[in-house]
Amino acid sequence: MGMTIVEKILAKATGLNSVKSGDVVEPKVDIAMSHENAALVINQFNEVFKDTGFEPKVWDPDKIAIIFDHRVPAESSKTATNQKKIREFVLKNNITKFHDIRADEGGICHQILAEYGYIKPGSVVVGTDSHTTSHGAFGAFAFGIGATEMASVWTLGRVLNVEVPETIKVIVNGELKDFVSPKDIILYLIGKISAHGANFKVLEFHGDTVKKMPISGRLVLCNMSVEAGATSGIVPSDEETMKYLRETAKVEDEIIFIQPDTDAKYINTISIDADKLESQIACPHTVDNVKPIGEVQGVKINQIVIGSCTNGRLDDIEIAAKILKGNKIAKGVRMLVFPASWRIYKEAMKLGYLEILTGAGAVIMNPGCGCCLGVHQGALGDGEVALSTTNRNFKGRMGNPNAEVYLCSPAIAAFSAIKGEISKPF
Amino acid sequence: MAKVIYILGNDISTDIIYPGRYMATVLPTETPQYAFADIPELNKTLKEKSATENFVIVAGDNFGCGSSREQAASCLKGHNLIIIAKNFARIFLQNAINLGLQVITSPNIEVNINDELEIKENEIVNLTTGKSFPIIPLPKTRQAIIDAGGLIPYTRKKMLEERKK
Repeated sequence: MGMTIVEKILAKATGLNSVKSGDVVEPKVDIAMSHENAALVINQFNEVFKDTGFEPKVWDPDKIAIIFDHRVPAESSKTATNQKKIREFVLKNNITKFHDIRADEGGICHQILAEYGYIKPGSVVVGTDSHTTSHGAFGAFAFGIGATEMASVWTLGRVLNVEVPETIKVIVNGELKDFVSPKDIILYLIGKISAHGANFKVLEFHGDTVKKMPISGRLVLCNMSVEAGATSGIVPSDEETMKYLRETAKVEDEIIFIQPDTDAKYINTISIDADKLESQIACPHTVDNVKPIGEVQGVKINQIVIGSCTNGRLDDIEIAAKILKGNKIAKGVRMLVFPASWRIYKEAMKLGYLEILTGAGAVIMNPGCGCCLGVHQGALGDGEVALSTTNRNFKGRMGNPNAEVYLCSPAIAAFSAIKGEISKPF
Repeated sequence: MAKVIYILGNDISTDIIYPGRYMATVLPTETPQYAFADIPELNKTLKEKSATENFVIVAGDNFGCGSSREQAASCLKGHNLIIIAKNFARIFLQNAINLGLQVITSPNIEVNINDELEIKENEIVNLTTGKSFPIIPLPKTRQAIIDAGGLIPYTRKKMLEERKK
């Protein structure tokens, strides 16, 4: 029986010739990522060793990555104290892949893992963040876990009792229209299969549209796979993966592509015709409440957000800048831009994008998760409406249960900023 | 016996269970006060609940979707709640099991507020309506973690076995 990509990765990570969906395995972990919630992981990790006579010791300090991004700079003394505790732990345990609140190393955890080449095809990646699914863009098996699960990984170097997931094959063929993007593909898919349509399953992306898509777009597909409930999204590794890892991430190690077998078993196949796809909007308050833009245009907006681990990359900022060049953001509308990393921030500055955006009235924020999760840097007022390139529109998500969040692509965010309402490209 | 104190719909996200603005609070002793903070009546009911009462919250599909924040499980565990849902989102389900929060999957469950339930091994009996609803058992691998008293003791045992070798 042939294997899917994830089955092949899990077989290798457990030293077996083959595995099939439903098997229970304990895969070795290549990268274990956390952000500020490492504070809770540290508590649970110490708890594992309590009264055992052994000093708490991580299994491999080079395989743990900790990146501050959720609340940077700290929004409260409580967060600052958590961050201090994590820095001390990092120092004591010689954790090498640590990214502090600094413009020479910082950014959103998922963007940093990509830029620094920490993920390779075939890696097993766990993160205490649900959007860890992003790293399937590199042909890795990457999934979100909780803090206690991470404490277990820090101790043992493997994930206990993982059931090999079933895989859904998603085939996207055709040429996307102008201003239609990978975000629209994934929103359309989530709308089609629902917020739990891929629960406990992997979404494996194929087709010529995906083949031609740069890593930035593949990251969008895999990032938001979790919004359909998927354990992970994954894209077969290829020359584009190699190009990014060699040229952008400066990876020098050997890179081996992993392809699914031609007779791999999929539980379902979904085909998407990219030629016909329109811009999509996820309406309040669930990510699967997706409508083509024509049905939503005209909704008045108070706040536009461009950023997050989903759409805060250079090509996202570039398209927004091109659309906003020579234009102004509508009166009464505020626009916040969060580059996904400091590297992106500096590239966007060099290319003049930040000048165009600030000229139009946008506020450039420091890289990080920003207002996406409703902690700081852009909460909504009662009855306000946000249009955002982020990944979640749950009630209360942007800090206020009496507000509404719509999700869209960066191009639609920029056109809508000019009009002050959800708008088609013009 | 356990009493149904609240009924929720589908796709209850971890942002509803434990809003992001409280995420800097991590201690399981402190998280329960913020459980369902944006549903004030439910938050109030939980705060007024006595430790000995067995309260049940019943939800639809995909309970716990969204963020991996473990506070969503620890805040409910702190109130000694039982969560029955048609099905659960993956990370939340795993977090609940790892921390010992009682979660029960029952796809056909039908209840009204204040119904009294008897939770048996394979079924839930609604004592108020007289109807019974099957429970989908957890996979054996998950049950092993529950039997060990949660993921921390389970990991500790594995760690000690490996150190002995």
